[in-house]
Amino acid sequence: MEAMLEPVAQFFGPTWPLVWTLVKIVAIIAPLMICVAYLTLAERKVIGYMQVRIGPNRVGPLGLLQPIADGMKLLFKEIIVPSGASKGLFILGPILAIAPSLVAWAVVPFDEGLVLANVNAGLLFLLAVTSMEVYGVIVAGWASNSKYPFLGSMRAAAQMVSYEVSMGFALICVLLISASLNLTDIVLSQGSGRFHDMGLSFLSWNWLPLLPMFVVFVISGIAETNRAPFDVVEGEAEVVAGHMVEYSGMSFALFFLAEYANMILVSILTSVLFLGGWLSPVGFLPDGFHWLALKTAAILFIFLWARATFPRFRYDHIMRLGWKVFIPVTLVWVIVVAVWMMSPLSIWR
Amino acid sequence: MDFKTFVFYFLGAILVFAALRVITARNPVHAALYLVLAFFTAGGVWLLLHAEFLAIVLVMVYVGAVMVLFLFVVMMLDINVERLRQGFWSYLPVGALIGILLVVEMTIVLGGRYFGLEVMPEPPAMAEGYSNTRALGMVLYTEYVYPFELASLVLLVAMIVAVTLTLRKRKGTKYINPDDQVAVKREGRVELVKMPAEKE
Repeated sequence: MEAMLEPVAQFFGPTWPLVWTLVKIVAIIAPLMICVAYLTLAERKVIGYMQVRIGPNRVGPLGLLQPIADGMKLLFKEIIVPSGASKGLFILGPILAIAPSLVAWAVVPFDEGLVLANVNAGLLFLLAVTSMEVYGVIVAGWASNSKYPFLGSMRAAAQMVSYEVSMGFALICVLLISASLNLTDIVLSQGSGRFHDMGLSFLSWNWLPLLPMFVVFVISGIAETNRAPFDVVEGEAEVVAGHMVEYSGMSFALFFLAEYANMILVSILTSVLFLGGWLSPVGFLPDGFHWLALKTAAILFIFLWARATFPRFRYDHIMRLGWKVFIPVTLVWVIVVAVWMMSPLSIWR
Repeated sequence: MDFKTFVFYFLGAILVFAALRVITARNPVHAALYLVLAFFTAGGVWLLLHAEFLAIVLVMVYVGAVMVLFLFVVMMLDINVERLRQGFWSYLPVGALIGILLVVEMTIVLGGRYFGLEVMPEPPAMAEGYSNTRALGMVLYTEYVYPFELASLVLLVAMIVAVTLTLRKRKGTKYINPDDQVAVKREGRVELVKMPAEKE
């Protein structure tokens, strides 16, 4: 590989590291965007079958070209900027929404050594970047200068800040037992233990000893991405479409892309942190990227399943769940895990 | 000028510009967003100094949490900018005096004697396995453990005070206990009455 790239590297000279990084970024973002497009189709199909319908099946064979048709439609629509809007911020809103959800992929490891930036503080970086996601929604809601978007963005701000805390505590448990902030190390630390030696690796992953944290993380992830049943931000019966009311065409599509990219990000993070990343679930099968893809798809299915199953939470119940249930539970569990690690019963030595 | 110096001046220029806009922007929401930009670029400058933990925590705490709540409040306030700008000229002499004093103090402190390049050389590149987070944790929990715990106690007190100052129980609110709702059984809500069919 290196020898093959040598002539190309010489052609670009000192700018080669920059070009090579850009190539890697495109290699991550392009498949991600295709995944996002087909996740929208998968969502409509899955929910369709759960409601005993067929779902989209007109465009292309089995409706497989539907996302492309949707994308084209949104791309050619006019972007309308309301006359009362704060123009610069109105355009900045969708950009602020999608940028963090793409930046976070820089530290996600796809296989051993297959990561764009193998930084030491990967987990911290992820927390910092995902905590900035809320700005897109707030800025969009305020810049629209309209009632419903503003109410929607207020809800978003409160909800995303609340669930970030419990998510952070769940992550603290993970980094306690893997003793590292590096995501690759976190995955590798899950590939050892008693069950791993017996060939049942899937029992030695973090989800089993940290089962409550795993559940909290998945639910907080759904709340963080503002997906049903936590989608009061865009609850159509109350605030029409929340922060997206005044947006049209591609500026609306960017919010849409950001939401689905975030869903995939949370799913892949759950797989990396709790489900052993690219590690094989049983001893006799080789590790590889396909396992990570499978696990991510399974978590994504839970997202869609939850959307088709649960009615929307009432807003005060969302706040109660976040502050009065999840935060105390996670806080106690951090201490339990810390004590467990120091006790003779520790399974992580 | 190597790449690192370029990055430093690039971030520094943005930081100074954003900080200036925080105090000159007419719209308070714009000012708050410029403050967010300032925090973010400050995080970038800290990264250049190998302080990765502090840089990321700055972004996480200030950008991700504090400023969100700040924006939350600023957006809901209806601030009359015209009234705020009243009396600008009468306050200017006092403000200018304080400003000049601050500049003089900062030039004395930062002007080369204590923070110059000779006294504070560029931090050396760290070894391969160096983890800033681990190093900070080691120092915090060994050498500075008492000040650290004291600081956390102060924060705890502040937290309790904030809660007690703002906590008000409104009388007459009908609060529904979710536990009771979840525990509801069919027998508690529905009564099945058996009734023979009647003839007219």
